[in-house]
Amino acid sequence: MRALRPLLLALGLAAAAAHGAGAQGGDTAPAEQAVGGLSQNRVSITAGFDGSEIFVFGAVRREAPVPQDAGPLDVVITVEGPTLPVTVRRKERVLGIWVNTDSVRIDEAPSFYAIASTGPLDQILSETARLRHRIGFDKAVRTVGARSQVEDPQSFLDAVVRIRLRNGLYNRQDDTVNLREETLFSTEVQLPANLVEGEYSARMYLVRDRQVQHLTQQVITVRKDGLERLIYTTAQERPLLYGLLSLAVALAAGWAASEVFRFLRR
Amino acid sequence: MQIYLPIAEVSVNAFLLLGLGGMVGVLSGMFGVGGGFLMTPLLFFIGIPPAVAVATEANQIVASSFSGVLAHLRRRTVDLKMGGVLLVGGLAGSAAGVRIFALLREMGQVELLVTLSYVLFLGIIGGLMFFESLRAIRRSSKPGARPAPRRHHSWVHGLPLKMRFRQSQLYISAIPVLLIGAMVGVLAAIMGVGGGFIMVPAMIYILGMPTKVVVGTSLFQIIFVTGFTTLMHATQNYTVDAVLALLLLLGGVIGAQIGARIGVRLKAEQLRILLALMVLGVCGKLAFDLVVQPTELYSLGPGGGH
Repeated sequence: MRALRPLLLALGLAAAAAHGAGAQGGDTAPAEQAVGGLSQNRVSITAGFDGSEIFVFGAVRREAPVPQDAGPLDVVITVEGPTLPVTVRRKERVLGIWVNTDSVRIDEAPSFYAIASTGPLDQILSETARLRHRIGFDKAVRTVGARSQVEDPQSFLDAVVRIRLRNGLYNRQDDTVNLREETLFSTEVQLPANLVEGEYSARMYLVRDRQVQHLTQQVITVRKDGLERLIYTTAQERPLLYGLLSLAVALAAGWAASEVFRFLRR
Repeated sequence: MQIYLPIAEVSVNAFLLLGLGGMVGVLSGMFGVGGGFLMTPLLFFIGIPPAVAVATEANQIVASSFSGVLAHLRRRTVDLKMGGVLLVGGLAGSAAGVRIFALLREMGQVELLVTLSYVLFLGIIGGLMFFESLRAIRRSSKPGARPAPRRHHSWVHGLPLKMRFRQSQLYISAIPVLLIGAMVGVLAAIMGVGGGFIMVPAMIYILGMPTKVVVGTSLFQIIFVTGFTTLMHATQNYTVDAVLALLLLLGGVIGAQIGARIGVRLKAEQLRILLALMVLGVCGKLAFDLVVQPTELYSLGPGGGH
């Protein structure tokens, strides 16, 4: 991985240069565009899967030099897993024991969410820009419409973020994006072992004056593979066969152990 | 060595699972309990989703019980007729239990009611067994004291539909046997256990079966009830994890063989008092967790219905 990095950076740069030469810009094209890449577009979950590390890198393509009066360039990189609804329950003390009482169904919460940036998020991006692009835990985890029956729905949203931060599913690190001479940028994103399958999107935002100037997106496919895939699809598509096979394995193992021990005792 | 479980969708240490399986297997062989009442909470602790833990545990109990019952069959300590009658009640109870489980899950209260039923049943049974075996040990340690005569007439003996159970040396009504089977079946489905920890004392104290056939007969019946439960979980909830089950049962079947041999060497009273202490220990821990404020008051679940 470490040895690979300079090569990947070089490739990114070459790609950026090639793009720049090829596309003779339309009028509306922004002055600066991000061109990004990933160390891998596929994550295979196999028996030995214990998390993965993805290297996200890219370069800034410019038609003209940077204007003198523009603020410094910042880069924000997010990797977001499939968004699924989630039910949050809260315990309260009832008759001396702790019982689930209130619950809130949260319509949108990414199953995985990592944010890396060149600086503190709320300083380099305005509130409206974060809202518009849904950058940050508070913007990504939300309920649509106000039909919640509890007094403090915000504490339920906070709980999702807190629990997933603890499980390594959410991750926010300011100052972990490397930006070289306002041109080359890169960061590493840790994927934990408890991933769900699906399409993950890696987004790279170029930020100036607290506004998003340009955004590019790459897709990472997370999929079970090999034996893991076979077991999973059998369980989903042929549940009866799968159940009978599980029973057969259990009975065979029980019988084998009994025979082995009988043999050992002789 | 970390291994990724395809259905549970988490990565855990393979040796940890083998060790847990082995430990619970020893208990299974010694006491004729499936060990699910210990294993299911242990699986929650290491981060296996509860639905997967309950379903997979049923499959693992099939293996360790089968291994144990083979050893008992050879020693002729299984009352097949009694097991068959218990089983009829057990399957009916298990089918009812799965419906109750689904209902509670919708209400988000399944965790609480599972814990409460654990505390209630483990507390009552553990307490009863503990004091009874303590009394038995005191009696037998007094020199010259006669062993207490078995009570020959209780309410069980007044019911109709009598059957002869030759191996247990009993001539009793089939009604209490069917009821015990059904009750254990319901608990098996709701609590994700084989139900041996309830069946064993029920057979000793309610039916009056001799201790030496109790363990084998209990294991015999558990195989079928948990096998039925495994199939239902596999076809309805898709929550049986084959890799997890395999690791647990590898340890489990070996443990069960060792346990069956330790069990033969111990006296019946010692066996019962040990089981009673263990049952009370698990009960105490679960009750403690209910009363003490949890560090995280919130929990996440899949966001299915509204």
